[in-house]
Amino acid sequence: MKYMMFVCTDTEPETDESRIPTIEAWVAENDAAGRRVEGSVLGAAAAATTVRVRGGELLLSDGPFAETKEVIVGFDILECADLDEAIEVARAHPMAHGGRLELRPFVDLA
Amino acid sequence: MTDAGKAVARAGAEAYPRIVAALIRVTGDWTLAEDCAQEALTLALERWPRDGVPANPGGWLMTVARNKATDVLRRAAVERRKLAELALLTAPAREGEEVVDDRLRLIFTCCHPALALEARVALTLRTVAGVPTADIARAFLVTEPTMTRRLTRAKNKIATAGIPYRVPAGPALAERLPGVLAVLYLLFTRGYDADGEPAFAAEAIRLARLLAELMPREPEITGLLALCLLQHSRRAARRDNDGNLRPLDRQDRSRWDHAAIAEALALLPSTTGPYALQARIAACHTATPTDWPAVAGLYDQLYAQLPTPVVALNRAVAHGYAHDPAAGLRLLAEARAGGALDGYPYAVAAEAELTARAGDTTGAVALFEQAAAVAPSAPERRALLARAEELSREEEP
Repeated sequence: MKYMMFVCTDTEPETDESRIPTIEAWVAENDAAGRRVEGSVLGAAAAATTVRVRGGELLLSDGPFAETKEVIVGFDILECADLDEAIEVARAHPMAHGGRLELRPFVDLA
Repeated sequence: MTDAGKAVARAGAEAYPRIVAALIRVTGDWTLAEDCAQEALTLALERWPRDGVPANPGGWLMTVARNKATDVLRRAAVERRKLAELALLTAPAREGEEVVDDRLRLIFTCCHPALALEARVALTLRTVAGVPTADIARAFLVTEPTMTRRLTRAKNKIATAGIPYRVPAGPALAERLPGVLAVLYLLFTRGYDADGEPAFAAEAIRLARLLAELMPREPEITGLLALCLLQHSRRAARRDNDGNLRPLDRQDRSRWDHAAIAEALALLPSTTGPYALQARIAACHTATPTDWPAVAGLYDQLYAQLPTPVVALNRAVAHGYAHDPAAGLRLLAEARAGGALDGYPYAVAAEAELTARAGDTTGAVALFEQAAAVAPSAPERRALLARAEELSREEEP
Protein backbone atom coordinates (compact mmCIF):
# COMPACT_ATOMS: atom_id res chain seq x y z
CA MET A 1 0.00 0.00 0.00
CA LYS A 2 1.08 3.58 -0.62
CA TYR A 3 0.87 6.11 2.18
CA MET A 4 1.37 9.86 2.10
CA MET A 5 3.22 10.84 5.24
CA PHE A 6 2.74 14.51 6.07
CA VAL A 7 5.58 15.84 8.17
CA CYS A 8 4.23 18.55 10.48
CA THR A 9 5.50 20.78 13.24
CA ASP A 10 4.05 20.52 16.70
CA THR A 11 3.85 22.79 19.70
CA GLU A 12 5.08 20.08 22.07
CA PRO A 13 8.44 18.80 20.86
CA GLU A 14 10.42 16.10 22.70
CA THR A 15 12.79 17.78 25.13
CA ASP A 16 15.37 14.98 25.28
CA GLU A 17 17.14 15.68 21.98
CA SER A 18 19.70 12.91 22.41
CA ARG A 19 16.96 10.34 21.65
CA ILE A 20 16.08 11.83 18.28
CA PRO A 21 17.38 9.92 15.25
CA THR A 22 18.95 11.79 12.32
CA ILE A 23 17.03 12.43 9.11
CA GLU A 24 19.99 11.25 7.00
CA ALA A 25 19.95 7.80 8.59
CA TRP A 26 16.16 7.59 8.23
CA VAL A 27 16.21 8.51 4.52
CA ALA A 28 19.14 6.17 3.77
CA GLU A 29 17.50 3.22 5.53
CA ASN A 30 14.06 3.60 3.96
CA ASP A 31 15.41 4.38 0.49
CA ALA A 32 17.54 1.24 0.66
CA ALA A 33 14.54 -0.84 1.77
CA GLY A 34 12.40 0.55 -1.05
CA ARG A 35 9.85 1.91 1.41
CA ARG A 36 10.40 5.59 0.56
CA VAL A 37 9.09 6.30 -2.92
CA GLU A 38 9.57 10.06 -2.85
CA GLY A 39 9.85 12.82 -0.34
CA SER A 40 10.85 16.41 0.17
CA VAL A 41 11.09 19.28 2.54
CA LEU A 42 8.53 21.96 1.67
CA GLY A 43 8.96 25.73 1.65
CA ALA A 44 7.73 27.79 4.61
CA ALA A 45 3.99 28.20 5.13
CA ALA A 46 4.44 31.85 4.19
CA ALA A 47 5.39 30.69 0.69
CA ALA A 48 2.14 28.76 0.26
CA THR A 49 -0.52 29.79 -2.25
CA THR A 50 -4.06 28.48 -1.91
CA VAL A 51 -6.07 27.94 -5.11
CA ARG A 52 -9.87 27.81 -5.37
CA VAL A 53 -12.37 28.16 -8.17
CA ARG A 54 -15.73 29.60 -7.10
CA GLY A 55 -18.48 30.43 -9.57
CA GLY A 56 -16.04 29.85 -12.40
CA GLU A 57 -13.66 32.43 -11.02
CA LEU A 58 -10.10 31.72 -9.95
CA LEU A 59 -9.42 32.78 -6.39
CA LEU A 60 -5.89 32.82 -5.07
CA SER A 61 -4.92 33.49 -1.51
CA ASP A 62 -1.65 33.94 0.23
CA GLY A 63 -0.72 31.35 2.84
CA PRO A 64 -1.83 27.82 3.78
CA PHE A 65 -5.51 26.82 3.70
CA ALA A 66 -5.67 25.97 7.39
CA GLU A 67 -4.84 28.54 10.01
CA THR A 68 -3.21 26.35 12.65
CA LYS A 69 -0.06 26.47 14.67
CA GLU A 70 1.03 23.13 13.21
CA VAL A 71 2.15 23.39 9.59
CA ILE A 72 3.16 20.81 7.02
CA VAL A 73 6.88 21.19 6.43
CA GLY A 74 7.54 18.13 4.30
CA PHE A 75 6.18 14.86 3.00
CA ASP A 76 7.23 11.36 2.11
CA ILE A 77 5.43 8.83 0.00
CA LEU A 78 5.84 5.40 1.55
CA GLU A 79 5.32 1.97 0.05
CA CYS A 80 4.49 -0.39 2.91
CA ALA A 81 2.74 -3.72 3.39
CA ASP A 82 0.23 -2.28 5.83
CA LEU A 83 -0.40 0.43 8.42
CA ASP A 84 1.74 -1.31 11.05
CA GLU A 85 4.78 -1.14 8.78
CA ALA A 86 4.07 2.51 7.96
CA ILE A 87 3.80 3.27 11.69
CA GLU A 88 7.20 1.67 12.28
CA VAL A 89 8.73 3.82 9.52
CA ALA A 90 7.08 6.95 10.91
CA ARG A 91 8.14 6.36 14.52
CA ALA A 92 11.78 6.19 13.40
CA HIS A 93 11.54 9.64 11.74
CA PRO A 94 13.14 12.52 13.69
CA MET A 95 9.99 14.61 13.33
CA ALA A 96 8.04 12.00 15.31
CA HIS A 97 9.91 13.51 18.28
CA GLY A 98 10.02 17.18 17.28
CA GLY A 99 6.73 17.33 15.43
CA ARG A 100 4.03 14.95 14.27
CA LEU A 101 3.48 12.72 11.30
CA GLU A 102 0.18 11.99 9.63
CA LEU A 103 -0.22 8.81 7.61
CA ARG A 104 -2.85 8.87 4.87
CA PRO A 105 -3.42 5.91 2.60
CA PHE A 106 -3.56 6.44 -1.15
CA VAL A 107 -6.99 5.57 -2.51
CA ASP A 108 -6.82 2.97 -5.24
CA LEU A 109 -9.33 4.12 -7.84
CA ALA A 110 -8.54 1.31 -10.24
CA MET B 1 -35.97 -21.14 26.53
CA THR B 2 -36.31 -24.52 24.82
CA ASP B 3 -33.46 -27.02 24.93
CA ALA B 4 -32.77 -26.38 21.25
CA GLY B 5 -32.83 -22.63 21.90
CA LYS B 6 -30.30 -23.10 24.70
CA ALA B 7 -28.15 -25.24 22.44
CA VAL B 8 -28.15 -22.48 19.81
CA ALA B 9 -27.18 -19.87 22.41
CA ARG B 10 -24.39 -22.05 23.77
CA ALA B 11 -23.01 -23.11 20.39
CA GLY B 12 -23.40 -19.56 19.10
CA ALA B 13 -21.39 -18.02 21.92
CA GLU B 14 -18.56 -20.45 21.24
CA ALA B 15 -18.76 -20.55 17.44
CA TYR B 16 -19.55 -16.92 16.58
CA PRO B 17 -16.04 -15.45 16.95
CA ARG B 18 -14.51 -18.48 15.22
CA ILE B 19 -16.82 -18.11 12.23
CA VAL B 20 -16.49 -14.34 11.94
CA ALA B 21 -12.71 -14.48 12.36
CA ALA B 22 -12.26 -17.22 9.76
CA LEU B 23 -14.57 -15.57 7.22
CA ILE B 24 -12.81 -12.21 7.61
CA ARG B 25 -9.46 -13.87 7.05
CA VAL B 26 -10.60 -15.50 3.83
CA THR B 27 -12.91 -12.82 2.39
CA GLY B 28 -11.54 -9.65 3.99
CA ASP B 29 -15.16 -8.52 4.27
CA TRP B 30 -16.20 -7.75 7.87
CA THR B 31 -19.86 -7.12 7.17
CA LEU B 32 -20.24 -10.25 5.07
CA ALA B 33 -18.61 -12.29 7.84
CA GLU B 34 -20.97 -10.94 10.51
CA ASP B 35 -24.05 -11.31 8.33
CA CYS B 36 -23.25 -14.93 7.48
CA ALA B 37 -22.53 -15.86 11.11
CA GLN B 38 -25.81 -14.21 12.12
CA GLU B 39 -27.75 -16.01 9.41
CA ALA B 40 -26.32 -19.33 10.52
CA LEU B 41 -27.60 -18.67 14.07
CA THR B 42 -31.02 -17.66 12.75
CA LEU B 43 -31.25 -20.83 10.69
CA ALA B 44 -30.21 -22.93 13.70
CA LEU B 45 -33.04 -21.40 15.76
CA GLU B 46 -35.43 -22.45 13.01
CA ARG B 47 -34.06 -25.93 12.31
CA TRP B 48 -32.73 -27.35 15.57
CA PRO B 49 -36.06 -27.34 17.45
CA ARG B 50 -37.57 -29.23 14.50
CA ASP B 51 -34.73 -31.54 13.41
CA GLY B 52 -32.81 -31.87 16.68
CA VAL B 53 -29.44 -30.46 17.67
CA PRO B 54 -26.66 -31.70 15.37
CA ALA B 55 -23.81 -33.79 16.79
CA ASN B 56 -21.28 -31.03 16.16
CA PRO B 57 -23.23 -27.76 16.60
CA GLY B 58 -20.21 -25.51 16.00
CA GLY B 59 -19.31 -27.37 12.83
CA TRP B 60 -22.90 -27.13 11.60
CA LEU B 61 -22.93 -23.36 12.15
CA MET B 62 -19.54 -22.93 10.45
CA THR B 63 -20.68 -24.94 7.42
CA VAL B 64 -23.92 -22.97 7.05
CA ALA B 65 -22.09 -19.64 7.40
CA ARG B 66 -19.43 -20.71 4.91
CA ASN B 67 -22.07 -21.80 2.38
CA LYS B 68 -23.87 -18.46 2.75
CA ALA B 69 -20.60 -16.60 2.16
CA THR B 70 -19.87 -18.75 -0.88
CA ASP B 71 -23.31 -17.96 -2.32
CA VAL B 72 -22.86 -14.23 -1.83
CA LEU B 73 -19.37 -14.19 -3.30
CA ARG B 74 -20.40 -16.37 -6.24
CA ARG B 75 -23.16 -13.95 -7.06
CA ALA B 76 -20.64 -11.12 -6.84
CA ALA B 77 -18.31 -13.10 -9.14
CA VAL B 78 -15.41 -13.00 -6.70
CA GLU B 79 -12.19 -14.57 -7.76
CA ARG B 80 -11.74 -18.31 -7.64
CA ARG B 81 -8.98 -18.19 -5.03
CA LYS B 82 -11.27 -16.92 -2.27
CA LEU B 83 -13.94 -19.47 -3.13
CA ALA B 84 -11.35 -22.24 -3.00
CA GLU B 85 -10.16 -21.05 0.40
CA LEU B 86 -13.73 -20.86 1.66
CA ALA B 87 -14.30 -24.45 0.60
CA LEU B 88 -11.37 -25.43 2.81
CA LEU B 89 -12.97 -23.99 5.95
CA THR B 90 -14.06 -27.02 7.93
CA ALA B 91 -15.70 -27.67 11.24
CA PRO B 92 -13.93 -26.06 14.20
CA ALA B 93 -13.33 -29.42 15.90
CA ARG B 94 -10.98 -30.44 13.10
CA GLU B 95 -9.33 -27.12 12.51
CA GLY B 96 -6.89 -26.85 15.37
CA GLU B 97 -4.34 -24.06 15.48
CA GLU B 98 -5.50 -22.17 12.42
CA VAL B 99 -8.84 -21.15 13.90
CA VAL B 100 -7.28 -20.27 17.24
CA ASP B 101 -5.09 -17.82 15.36
CA ASP B 102 -8.09 -16.40 13.53
CA ARG B 103 -9.84 -15.40 16.73
CA LEU B 104 -6.70 -13.85 18.12
CA ARG B 105 -6.18 -11.96 14.87
CA LEU B 106 -9.71 -10.65 15.16
CA ILE B 107 -9.20 -9.43 18.73
CA PHE B 108 -5.94 -7.65 17.93
CA THR B 109 -7.40 -6.04 14.83
CA CYS B 110 -10.51 -4.80 16.67
CA CYS B 111 -8.23 -3.34 19.36
CA HIS B 112 -5.77 -1.67 16.97
CA PRO B 113 -4.55 1.63 18.44
CA ALA B 114 -5.16 3.46 15.14
CA LEU B 115 -8.89 3.15 15.95
CA ALA B 116 -10.54 5.44 18.51
CA LEU B 117 -10.86 3.77 21.93
CA GLU B 118 -14.67 3.80 21.91
CA ALA B 119 -14.65 2.30 18.42
CA ARG B 120 -12.32 -0.47 19.65
CA VAL B 121 -14.67 -1.36 22.50
CA ALA B 122 -17.75 -1.27 20.27
CA LEU B 123 -16.12 -3.25 17.48
CA THR B 124 -14.86 -5.91 19.90
CA LEU B 125 -18.35 -6.26 21.35
CA ARG B 126 -19.99 -6.48 17.95
CA THR B 127 -17.50 -8.61 16.07
CA VAL B 128 -15.79 -10.82 18.63
CA ALA B 129 -18.60 -11.16 21.15
CA GLY B 130 -21.50 -10.92 18.67
CA VAL B 131 -23.44 -8.44 20.83
CA PRO B 132 -26.32 -6.86 18.85
CA THR B 133 -25.68 -3.28 17.72
CA ALA B 134 -28.81 -2.07 19.56
CA ASP B 135 -27.41 -3.27 22.93
CA ILE B 136 -24.04 -1.63 22.29
CA ALA B 137 -25.79 1.62 21.33
CA ARG B 138 -27.74 1.57 24.59
CA ALA B 139 -24.57 1.11 26.66
CA PHE B 140 -22.87 4.01 24.85
CA LEU B 141 -26.00 6.17 25.20
CA VAL B 142 -26.37 6.72 21.46
CA THR B 143 -29.05 5.70 18.98
CA GLU B 144 -28.74 2.49 17.02
CA PRO B 145 -28.18 4.26 13.64
CA THR B 146 -25.38 6.31 15.24
CA MET B 147 -23.71 3.16 16.56
CA THR B 148 -24.14 1.46 13.19
CA ARG B 149 -22.39 4.43 11.55
CA ARG B 150 -19.55 4.30 14.11
CA LEU B 151 -19.03 0.60 13.54
CA THR B 152 -19.10 1.09 9.77
CA ARG B 153 -16.57 3.91 10.03
CA ALA B 154 -14.25 1.71 12.09
CA LYS B 155 -14.54 -1.17 9.64
CA ASN B 156 -13.93 1.20 6.73
CA LYS B 157 -10.83 2.54 8.40
CA ILE B 158 -9.49 -0.98 8.87
CA ALA B 159 -9.91 -1.57 5.14
CA THR B 160 -8.77 1.78 3.74
CA ALA B 161 -5.93 2.57 6.14
CA GLY B 162 -4.47 -0.91 5.73
CA ILE B 163 -4.77 -2.04 9.35
CA PRO B 164 -3.41 -5.58 9.15
CA TYR B 165 -5.45 -8.61 10.14
CA ARG B 166 -2.82 -10.22 12.29
CA VAL B 167 -1.38 -10.70 15.73
CA PRO B 168 1.75 -8.58 16.06
CA ALA B 169 4.97 -10.49 16.68
CA GLY B 170 8.10 -9.85 18.73
CA PRO B 171 8.47 -6.51 20.50
CA ALA B 172 5.31 -5.19 18.80
CA LEU B 173 3.26 -7.78 20.71
CA ALA B 174 4.47 -6.50 24.08
CA GLU B 175 3.64 -2.99 22.92
CA ARG B 176 0.13 -3.85 21.73
CA LEU B 177 -1.06 -6.33 24.35
CA PRO B 178 -1.71 -3.69 27.06
CA GLY B 179 -4.03 -1.90 24.62
CA VAL B 180 -6.03 -5.09 24.08
CA LEU B 181 -6.23 -5.69 27.83
CA ALA B 182 -7.34 -2.08 28.36
CA VAL B 183 -10.24 -2.60 25.95
CA LEU B 184 -11.33 -5.77 27.76
CA TYR B 185 -11.06 -4.11 31.17
CA LEU B 186 -13.03 -1.08 29.98
CA LEU B 187 -15.66 -3.48 28.70
CA PHE B 188 -15.71 -5.18 32.10
CA THR B 189 -16.04 -1.96 34.08
CA ARG B 190 -18.84 -0.77 31.79
CA GLY B 191 -20.73 -3.86 32.78
CA TYR B 192 -19.73 -3.66 36.42
CA ASP B 193 -20.69 -0.05 37.16
CA ALA B 194 -23.96 0.50 38.94
CA ASP B 195 -25.82 1.55 35.80
CA GLY B 196 -23.77 -0.50 33.34
CA GLU B 197 -24.87 -3.24 31.01
CA PRO B 198 -24.40 -6.30 33.29
CA ALA B 199 -24.00 -8.67 30.34
CA PHE B 200 -20.84 -6.80 29.28
CA ALA B 201 -19.00 -7.86 32.44
CA ALA B 202 -19.72 -11.51 31.65
CA GLU B 203 -18.74 -10.88 28.01
CA ALA B 204 -15.43 -9.33 29.08
CA ILE B 205 -14.69 -12.36 31.28
CA ARG B 206 -15.48 -14.68 28.39
CA LEU B 207 -13.11 -12.74 26.10
CA ALA B 208 -10.37 -12.61 28.75
CA ARG B 209 -10.74 -16.36 29.20
CA LEU B 210 -10.45 -16.85 25.45
CA LEU B 211 -7.36 -14.64 25.32
CA ALA B 212 -5.81 -16.51 28.27
CA GLU B 213 -6.45 -19.79 26.49
CA LEU B 214 -4.93 -18.50 23.25
CA MET B 215 -1.90 -16.84 24.86
CA PRO B 216 -1.26 -18.93 27.99
CA ARG B 217 2.18 -17.57 28.74
CA GLU B 218 1.16 -13.95 29.32
CA PRO B 219 0.75 -13.33 33.08
CA GLU B 220 -0.95 -9.99 32.46
CA ILE B 221 -3.77 -11.78 30.66
CA THR B 222 -4.27 -14.26 33.50
CA GLY B 223 -3.97 -11.29 35.85
CA LEU B 224 -6.78 -9.47 34.05
CA LEU B 225 -8.94 -12.58 34.00
CA ALA B 226 -8.38 -13.20 37.72
CA LEU B 227 -9.09 -9.53 38.50
CA CYS B 228 -12.39 -9.57 36.58
CA LEU B 229 -13.43 -12.89 38.14
CA LEU B 230 -12.73 -11.63 41.66
CA GLN B 231 -14.63 -8.38 41.17
CA HIS B 232 -17.48 -10.19 39.43
CA SER B 233 -17.68 -12.83 42.19
CA ARG B 234 -19.06 -10.17 44.52
CA ARG B 235 -21.81 -8.95 42.18
CA ALA B 236 -24.66 -10.52 44.16
CA ALA B 237 -23.33 -9.15 47.46
CA ARG B 238 -22.67 -5.56 46.41
CA ARG B 239 -26.22 -4.57 47.24
CA ASP B 240 -28.43 -5.73 50.09
CA ASN B 241 -32.08 -6.68 49.64
CA ASP B 242 -33.09 -2.99 49.74
CA GLY B 243 -30.74 -2.12 46.89
CA ASN B 244 -28.24 -0.36 49.18
CA LEU B 245 -24.56 -0.68 48.33
CA ARG B 246 -22.55 -2.72 50.82
CA PRO B 247 -18.86 -1.96 51.20
CA LEU B 248 -16.55 -4.96 50.92
CA ASP B 249 -16.11 -5.48 54.66
CA ARG B 250 -19.87 -5.51 55.25
CA GLN B 251 -20.94 -7.84 52.49
CA ASP B 252 -22.69 -11.13 53.10
CA ARG B 253 -19.90 -13.45 52.02
CA SER B 254 -22.24 -16.34 51.49
CA ARG B 255 -23.50 -14.41 48.45
CA TRP B 256 -20.08 -14.34 46.84
CA ASP B 257 -19.52 -16.59 43.85
CA HIS B 258 -17.05 -18.98 45.47
CA ALA B 259 -16.47 -21.00 42.30
CA ALA B 260 -15.31 -17.83 40.50
CA ILE B 261 -13.06 -16.96 43.45
CA ALA B 262 -11.50 -20.42 43.44
CA GLU B 263 -10.88 -20.15 39.69
CA ALA B 264 -9.27 -16.72 40.13
CA LEU B 265 -7.07 -17.82 43.02
CA ALA B 266 -5.83 -20.79 40.98
CA LEU B 267 -4.98 -18.44 38.10
CA LEU B 268 -3.37 -15.75 40.23
CA PRO B 269 0.06 -14.81 38.81
CA SER B 270 2.94 -13.91 41.10
CA THR B 271 4.22 -11.30 38.64
CA THR B 272 4.19 -7.54 39.11
CA GLY B 273 2.49 -6.16 35.99
CA PRO B 274 -0.39 -3.75 36.63
CA TYR B 275 -3.20 -6.32 36.13
CA ALA B 276 -1.37 -9.03 38.07
CA LEU B 277 -0.92 -6.62 40.99
CA GLN B 278 -4.56 -5.53 40.92
CA ALA B 279 -5.65 -9.17 40.86
CA ARG B 280 -3.39 -9.97 43.81
CA ILE B 281 -4.89 -7.03 45.72
CA ALA B 282 -8.42 -8.24 44.92
CA ALA B 283 -7.39 -11.72 46.09
CA CYS B 284 -6.25 -10.33 49.46
CA HIS B 285 -9.77 -8.97 49.94
CA THR B 286 -11.30 -12.45 49.73
CA ALA B 287 -9.55 -13.53 52.95
CA THR B 288 -10.79 -12.80 56.48
CA PRO B 289 -9.30 -10.79 57.97
CA THR B 290 -7.79 -8.88 55.04
CA ASP B 291 -4.00 -8.86 55.13
CA TRP B 292 -3.74 -5.06 54.97
CA PRO B 293 0.08 -4.86 55.18
CA ALA B 294 0.22 -7.12 52.07
CA VAL B 295 -2.37 -4.94 50.30
CA ALA B 296 -0.39 -1.80 51.17
CA GLY B 297 2.82 -3.37 49.80
CA LEU B 298 1.08 -4.35 46.56
CA TYR B 299 -0.34 -0.83 46.19
CA ASP B 300 3.18 0.57 46.63
CA GLN B 301 4.32 -1.56 43.68
CA LEU B 302 1.27 -0.62 41.62
CA TYR B 303 1.72 3.07 42.37
CA ALA B 304 5.33 2.88 41.16
CA GLN B 305 4.02 1.81 37.72
CA LEU B 306 0.66 3.57 37.60
CA PRO B 307 0.99 6.80 39.56
CA THR B 308 -2.61 7.88 38.98
CA PRO B 309 -4.58 9.84 41.60
CA VAL B 310 -7.02 6.93 42.09
CA VAL B 311 -4.21 4.43 42.75
CA ALA B 312 -2.69 6.98 45.15
CA LEU B 313 -6.03 7.19 46.97
CA ASN B 314 -6.36 3.41 47.34
CA ARG B 315 -2.75 3.17 48.45
CA ALA B 316 -3.41 5.77 51.15
CA VAL B 317 -6.43 3.83 52.43
CA ALA B 318 -4.45 0.55 52.46
CA HIS B 319 -1.65 2.15 54.47
CA GLY B 320 -4.20 3.67 56.83
CA TYR B 321 -5.76 0.25 57.48
CA ALA B 322 -2.44 -1.60 57.58
CA HIS B 323 -0.44 0.63 59.86
CA ASP B 324 -1.85 3.74 61.33
CA PRO B 325 -4.79 5.88 60.19
CA ALA B 326 -2.70 9.04 60.55
CA ALA B 327 -0.19 7.71 58.00
CA GLY B 328 -3.09 6.97 55.65
CA LEU B 329 -4.48 10.48 56.09
CA ARG B 330 -1.04 11.94 55.31
CA LEU B 331 -0.78 9.88 52.09
CA LEU B 332 -4.35 10.84 51.23
CA ALA B 333 -3.51 14.53 51.63
CA GLU B 334 -0.56 14.00 49.25
CA ALA B 335 -2.80 12.22 46.74
CA ARG B 336 -5.26 15.11 46.81
CA ALA B 337 -2.60 17.81 46.58
CA GLY B 338 -3.13 20.19 43.71
CA GLY B 339 -6.79 19.21 43.39
CA ALA B 340 -5.97 15.91 41.66
CA LEU B 341 -9.00 14.16 43.17
CA ASP B 342 -11.41 17.08 43.33
CA GLY B 343 -13.86 15.55 40.90
CA TYR B 344 -13.60 12.09 42.44
CA PRO B 345 -16.48 11.43 44.85
CA TYR B 346 -14.76 8.59 46.76
CA ALA B 347 -11.89 10.76 48.05
CA VAL B 348 -14.08 12.31 50.76
CA ALA B 349 -15.50 8.90 51.71
CA ALA B 350 -11.95 7.56 52.10
CA GLU B 351 -11.01 10.50 54.31
CA ALA B 352 -14.15 9.92 56.38
CA GLU B 353 -13.32 6.25 56.95
CA LEU B 354 -9.70 6.98 57.90
CA THR B 355 -10.82 9.79 60.22
CA ALA B 356 -13.22 7.38 61.95
CA ARG B 357 -10.40 4.88 62.41
CA ALA B 358 -8.21 7.62 63.84
CA GLY B 359 -10.85 8.05 66.57
CA ASP B 360 -12.22 11.44 65.49
CA THR B 361 -15.90 10.45 65.37
CA THR B 362 -17.29 13.98 65.10
CA GLY B 363 -14.99 14.81 62.21
CA ALA B 364 -15.82 11.50 60.52
CA VAL B 365 -19.58 12.05 60.75
CA ALA B 366 -19.24 15.47 59.12
CA LEU B 367 -17.06 13.97 56.36
CA PHE B 368 -19.47 11.09 55.69
CA GLU B 369 -22.29 13.63 55.30
CA GLN B 370 -20.09 15.64 52.96
CA ALA B 371 -19.24 12.47 50.96
CA ALA B 372 -22.96 11.62 50.72
CA ALA B 373 -23.64 15.04 49.21
CA VAL B 374 -21.30 14.30 46.28
CA ALA B 375 -22.06 10.58 45.91
CA PRO B 376 -22.73 9.67 42.26
CA SER B 377 -25.77 7.44 42.91
CA ALA B 378 -28.64 7.15 45.36
CA PRO B 379 -27.58 3.75 46.79
CA GLU B 380 -24.08 5.09 47.46
CA ARG B 381 -25.55 8.19 49.11
CA ARG B 382 -27.72 6.02 51.37
CA ALA B 383 -24.75 3.83 52.33
CA LEU B 384 -22.67 6.88 53.34
CA LEU B 385 -25.49 8.45 55.35
CA ALA B 386 -26.07 5.13 57.11
CA ARG B 387 -22.41 5.09 58.10
CA ALA B 388 -22.65 8.66 59.45
CA GLU B 389 -25.71 7.72 61.49
CA GLU B 390 -24.06 4.60 62.83
CA LEU B 391 -21.05 6.63 64.01
CA SER B 392 -23.29 9.26 65.61
CA ARG B 393 -25.03 6.51 67.60
CA GLU B 394 -21.67 5.13 68.77
CA GLU B 395 -20.72 8.58 69.93
CA GLU B 396 -23.78 8.91 72.17
CA PRO B 397 -23.06 7.78 75.72
